[in-house]
Amino acid sequence: MAVTKVVMPKLSEQMEMGKIIKWLKQEGDRIQSGDILAEVETDKADVEMEAFGSGVLRKILVPAGSQAPVGTLIGVIAEPSEDISQLGGPDMAPQTPQAAQPAKPSEPTQPAKPSAPATAGAGATEMANRPAAVPPMPRREDHAARTPSPAAGPEAPPASTRTAPGTPARPSAPAAPMPAAASLEGGRVKASPLARKIAAQSGVDLKLLQGSGPGGRVVRRDVEAASAGGGGGARPAVMPAVAPGVEFEDRPLTPMRAAIAKRMPLSKAPVPHFYVTSEIAMDRAWSLREELNALEGQPKISVNDFVIRACAVALLHHSGVNASFQGESIRVFHRAHVGIAVALDDGLITPVLRDAHAKGLAQIAVEARDLAERARHRKLRAPEMSGATFSISNLGMLDVTEFSAIINPPEGAILAVGSVRTVPVVTEDGLGVGRRMMLTLSCDHRVMDGAMGARFLQDVKRLLEEPLRLLV
Amino acid sequence: MAVMTYREALNLALREEMKRDDRVFVIGEEVGLYEGAYKVTQGLLKEFGPRRIVDTPIAESGFTGVGIGAAMTGLRPVVEMMTFNFALLALDQIVNSAAKMNYMSGGQFNVPIVIRGPGGPAHQLAAQHSQSMEVYFYHVPGLKVVRPSTPMDAKGLLKSAIRDDNPVIFIESETLYNIKGEVPEDPDFVIPLGQAAVRREGADVTVVAYMGMMYRAMEAAEELEKDGISVEIVDPRTLMPMDTETILASVRKTHRVVVVEAGAGFAGMGSEIAAEIQEAAFDDLDAPVERVTGVPAPMPYARNLEKAKTPSKERIVEAIRRVCYQDGNGSH
Amino acid sequence: MAQKTAIFQKSAPAAGIDPKLARALYADMVLIRRFEEKAAEGYALGKIGGFLHLYIGEEAVAVGATSAMRPDDYAIAAYREHGHCLAKGSDPKRVMAELYGRIDGLSKGKGGSMHLFDKSVNFLGGHAIVGAHLPLATGAGFSIKYRGGDQVVACYFGDGAVPEGEFHEAMNLAALWKLPVIFICENNRYAMGTSLERALAETEIWKFGRAYNMPSEAVDGMDVLAIRDVIGQAVARARVDGTPSLIEARTYRFRGHSMRDPAGAVYRTKEEVEREKLRDPIALFRDRALKAGWLSEDDLRSIEKDVADRVDEAVAFADASPEPPIEELLTDIFKES
Repeated sequence: MAVTKVVMPKLSEQMEMGKIIKWLKQEGDRIQSGDILAEVETDKADVEMEAFGSGVLRKILVPAGSQAPVGTLIGVIAEPSEDISQLGGPDMAPQTPQAAQPAKPSEPTQPAKPSAPATAGAGATEMANRPAAVPPMPRREDHAARTPSPAAGPEAPPASTRTAPGTPARPSAPAAPMPAAASLEGGRVKASPLARKIAAQSGVDLKLLQGSGPGGRVVRRDVEAASAGGGGGARPAVMPAVAPGVEFEDRPLTPMRAAIAKRMPLSKAPVPHFYVTSEIAMDRAWSLREELNALEGQPKISVNDFVIRACAVALLHHSGVNASFQGESIRVFHRAHVGIAVALDDGLITPVLRDAHAKGLAQIAVEARDLAERARHRKLRAPEMSGATFSISNLGMLDVTEFSAIINPPEGAILAVGSVRTVPVVTEDGLGVGRRMMLTLSCDHRVMDGAMGARFLQDVKRLLEEPLRLLV
Repeated sequence: MAVMTYREALNLALREEMKRDDRVFVIGEEVGLYEGAYKVTQGLLKEFGPRRIVDTPIAESGFTGVGIGAAMTGLRPVVEMMTFNFALLALDQIVNSAAKMNYMSGGQFNVPIVIRGPGGPAHQLAAQHSQSMEVYFYHVPGLKVVRPSTPMDAKGLLKSAIRDDNPVIFIESETLYNIKGEVPEDPDFVIPLGQAAVRREGADVTVVAYMGMMYRAMEAAEELEKDGISVEIVDPRTLMPMDTETILASVRKTHRVVVVEAGAGFAGMGSEIAAEIQEAAFDDLDAPVERVTGVPAPMPYARNLEKAKTPSKERIVEAIRRVCYQDGNGSH
Repeated sequence: MAQKTAIFQKSAPAAGIDPKLARALYADMVLIRRFEEKAAEGYALGKIGGFLHLYIGEEAVAVGATSAMRPDDYAIAAYREHGHCLAKGSDPKRVMAELYGRIDGLSKGKGGSMHLFDKSVNFLGGHAIVGAHLPLATGAGFSIKYRGGDQVVACYFGDGAVPEGEFHEAMNLAALWKLPVIFICENNRYAMGTSLERALAETEIWKFGRAYNMPSEAVDGMDVLAIRDVIGQAVARARVDGTPSLIEARTYRFRGHSMRDPAGAVYRTKEEVEREKLRDPIALFRDRALKAGWLSEDDLRSIEKDVADRVDEAVAFADASPEPPIEELLTDIFKES
């Protein structure tokens, strides 16, 4: 059996510290991989921390109410017979991932298995071999590779996608049903020199591409297809690498407020915003929605769901908007993960509706509601809180005509949605009554220009004004 | 312009240069009375007499050395190797005397000599008379090496070689002597050594090839055009000094390269060009440089084996498809 | 055609020898001797590297032959060529600087001991592939004939070149085309460590000339006057109608093949070397000049002193000359037109 180190997980791009709200298991409890060990408060939400190995919770190193940096050893799971003195000494200081020691020969560890765990034990094995394994950043292959183990929650990320903080995001296993970029081998992207050059120039992340050359080599056409936003041979294989967060500052704020306070200026100041506003005639969407909601056995659909669906569809055709500034490059996404801002009493949180472009209105409605509800109860899981490629902020329920939102970096744009208002409109016959909604798109000028944003908005407008398009 | 054969173009170049410069003379086996084993020197004995068209006995090292000694003392010999295979008998003279004389004399004795004759694969001449010889020469500092593929090049480059103040190895091809092409009759027309020619413009892949392989690559290009692959063909013409710039410019345009050579590939021209490209244009490459080379075997006599020994159009087509990732072996 | 046998004349003809010529012959031979001794010293001191082949013992051949030729005649030799180059008139300072690998050397330090060239005296070089320079000599002869000139070419080579194919090719072509080349075989009896008897089916080298239908004879290589006489006749034939000759000069090297063979005692006996040294060409000519009254003891001492000074000067010059600048590595590979 193996020793499983329990470390403070990294639960969002920006997370550097976490606070143990409470331990749900006590020292001496038997643990199955996938069991919830503790609740952790992060800058975004309270998150359940699961066990990645089985055995007995031999040691709790960070008590409830205490904070610890990401990667710190906070507990040890092992069989009673295991010697954990090397790990769980009373004077053990919080470890940084870098300071963690590799497994010693005497420790009964096993090599990491590359495949997704099919049994509860596999996670432990994986865990034991990594000094600071944590739950993963959400990744493309999460969905495909999700083979829930009996004991794991339905959303338990597979061990194969775990990423150690401080190490580069690694690709997943070749055994995953939807393979990661075949060009990734041992963390190295196989790409032709030209493909590398073009990727660097156009801001395409080679790691996102599945190469079409021999052995999965990323070649020019893959990069060009990616940067043009077309399909081509390239398919995004993994989510973008995590952008480095700011340095931690210990503030007497709630983690969420702290995060908002920290992140918003970081967006507004360095990100040169510009805004594009358009008025949408919502009459037809409104009646369609009423029709749909009248159907029995169907989920209720909100105006916001229409907006999400419209944006997701439009983003696929405007990859320049579905993009992120990366310093030396622009990362263009070929999948639309839409962040939906949810207001909370003391702040807001933006859960991510993944692959929105691939989901119908009904599915969007169901998922969006679920995300919003769990967000309000702070029950979101880590993968649901990061990785958005675009966000929507809707203040329509608060009778807001229009407003502009602050971009949530590293996203390149956010759409601010106003109320659907009943207003006098000019018709062919004269004056009439119409339902109108204002949309304001905030854009990162480093990523796109006005016309690009306007064209995107134009498409969103068309989709909403001809809403049958959203059903096909 | 006149249309003439490669052989006639060489003959014209010799005549023009002999008329232009009395120091130029032709020496070799059967160049005079017999009018050349391949008739390149046809009519020259009659026109210039035995002083300048010098028949030799079969003594390649001896008459090559005579040429070098004459070049050291003010003449400009054109030494004909009946076939370049025989140049191996004179290899010491070429390598140790001609190539190094200017250097080891500190610039006092240059050797303006042209050593010319047919080389490369021919038809069923078997192991000793059918082989690519350029590799023996371009490795030696001090030698220039020319491989002219067309009648126009044959004339323009031979004239430049004769006017050059250094030893020039000028390897023709038996299989090309009868090809016809336009050739300027202007006696001042020359093609400078060290300039490659783009034989065919294309966008997708650069093929570097010369002599017979250039023509074979041309056929491959035409076949691939039907499939939408646009092939650019660069003919180096002079292997030393190599016009790397023209090759690199093409590579920077197409991003893919296939080098074709008739000789065995190991440490061959293809290796050299591949190395130059990866050193100078690594970031422009979208695929590894492919070489299509002769099989490393002596030239067999049997027709079918001979055919298999040198690169075929099919092998060139395959290589081009591979570097274009259109061979079906990618993970597309 | 003259077909002399290899019977040395007991006493070389003294006709036309005057004190001035005697002084020149003696001075040139002593110059070569002192130069080579200093070269050996330079080698021992590490100033000279690589291969160093000394001409000590063979001085009479180059000096006697050169004295029978005009300054505009060509000379070409193998790698034991310091003596020929000096005899031809090259500045000892520049020759020594070349041996030292310095920028003021004849070839800017790029040729070294085995590749001395001096265009200013029509010295076509030292060539270090045995036999390879014989066709070049024939080519120089071809060039003379082509231009209608009356120069001749002196081509020096050792007995080791005779078994080489190029000896035969060059001789054949020169005779076939009647080119003014005098092939001078310096037969010192050993090709490196291989004696004549172990290398040639016919050890009377001069006889190979008969096979190519050219005048040929053997001459005492230790007698500078005899050489001068024989070469003089060959030069006359060559100038008149381009007739080439093969002259076998029987000589002996007092040193080993190279500095790596200083004793030279494996393949020949000490007794043999000592016996041959009794016929030192310089000592022989010194006696002769004294006896004939061409030069006095004072004259000879004065020459020896002058020569010693010149060689010392050459060594100092070479030592002071800078190494070639690094750019020289890449110059002269091609002549820029």
